[in-house]
Amino acid sequence: MPHLLTISPDFNTKYLSGWFVFNTWLQKSLGEAIHLELFDDFESCRNAITADKIDLIYANPYDASLLLRDKGFAPVAHPQSRPDEAIIAVNASSPVGRIEDFKPGMRVSATKDPEVNMICRIMLEPADIGPNDIQIVQRDNYVLVAKDLMKQEADAGFILAETFNDLSPMIRDQLKVILKSQIHVIHHMLLVGPKLAGKAGQLQQLLCAMGQDDKGRAILRDIGVNAWDPSSREDAEFMIDLMDTLIV
Amino acid sequence: MRDMTPDDLGGHSGEEHTLTYFDGFRRKVIVVDREVPFPEGKLIVSRTDPIGIITHANPIFVEMSGYSEQELIGEQHYILRHPDMPAPAFKDLWDTISKGIKWHGYVKNLRKDGAYYWVYATVVPNIRDGQIVGYTSVRRKPSRRKVEEMSALYKTLR
Repeated sequence: MPHLLTISPDFNTKYLSGWFVFNTWLQKSLGEAIHLELFDDFESCRNAITADKIDLIYANPYDASLLLRDKGFAPVAHPQSRPDEAIIAVNASSPVGRIEDFKPGMRVSATKDPEVNMICRIMLEPADIGPNDIQIVQRDNYVLVAKDLMKQEADAGFILAETFNDLSPMIRDQLKVILKSQIHVIHHMLLVGPKLAGKAGQLQQLLCAMGQDDKGRAILRDIGVNAWDPSSREDAEFMIDLMDTLIV
Repeated sequence: MRDMTPDDLGGHSGEEHTLTYFDGFRRKVIVVDREVPFPEGKLIVSRTDPIGIITHANPIFVEMSGYSEQELIGEQHYILRHPDMPAPAFKDLWDTISKGIKWHGYVKNLRKDGAYYWVYATVVPNIRDGQIVGYTSVRRKPSRRKVEEMSALYKTLR
């Protein structure tokens, strides 16, 4: 029975084939059979975690508490200089110029990404807009969120900053960024489950050495990671504590 | 932690107060009626040990407090206490977090230069192996309505 690797459903689809290549490299390097399974949404991913089906995960910080504190996962590594940031955007012609211009009752187009939605809700607090003051238009991906803004079918959109930067210039030109978070310390993390706990040290060494040869660098480039930095248990606990302060 | 002096105020004039903290320590502070706006989209993050000594300060904390990182690390978090903050607010904070429970509140903080900044603060206990080993505090931008509301309330509690 191969081990199961999954990637948080908010990954950028342009890196899809890259993650399969990464998994091939991982299996060869670790000498373990690993199957990469991708979930369509956060709920399915959470259900798989809860059912103890996952052995390795590139996890959203929102799931870190469940994985580390309840499911016995151990932190291995996180991408270097790639914090998770979020953007609140509007149509380029919108009269909204700053957060305080938003009004309760606003229509927000958003995906189900719990981390991005949490950060953006926090950024609305200075306008006295709480979770119950917005009407969410749920979309499956950020391109659809951008389209809602372009068609003026939403007053604002919650978008992962990295994905916003990957939108085509034609789309970006029709949008206006009201605010981008600058939190810097929240990031995705690669974690191993209890069945692979004995391999955590070896995996950390392998990942952190990937940037030392051309092949490793090419694999990293194709998953959008510059390099891996080692993650300690305390690094992960700090991030969980920090996330705990942000949950609205 | 030294007393504040007029030299700290960068040419402004201020009003002098003497604060007595929970551990009996007394400090002279000088406050200036100047608010520094909370930066958009950012968070102030700090960590302390179980008795409130600062062990970690992020760059925004350093920038907003007016102190250097070296001046903050090793100091009591009450270095930021503004005399307009009522003591019961901090008693509630400590009573709550020492039980292992998250605390939220609106806080007016004192900068090194005597000016102030308002935050919405959340403090969580850092629990490791069942023990509280410290606290993480995250401060974010509050709404003006809440600042005005809390400012009026705190005046009645001092």
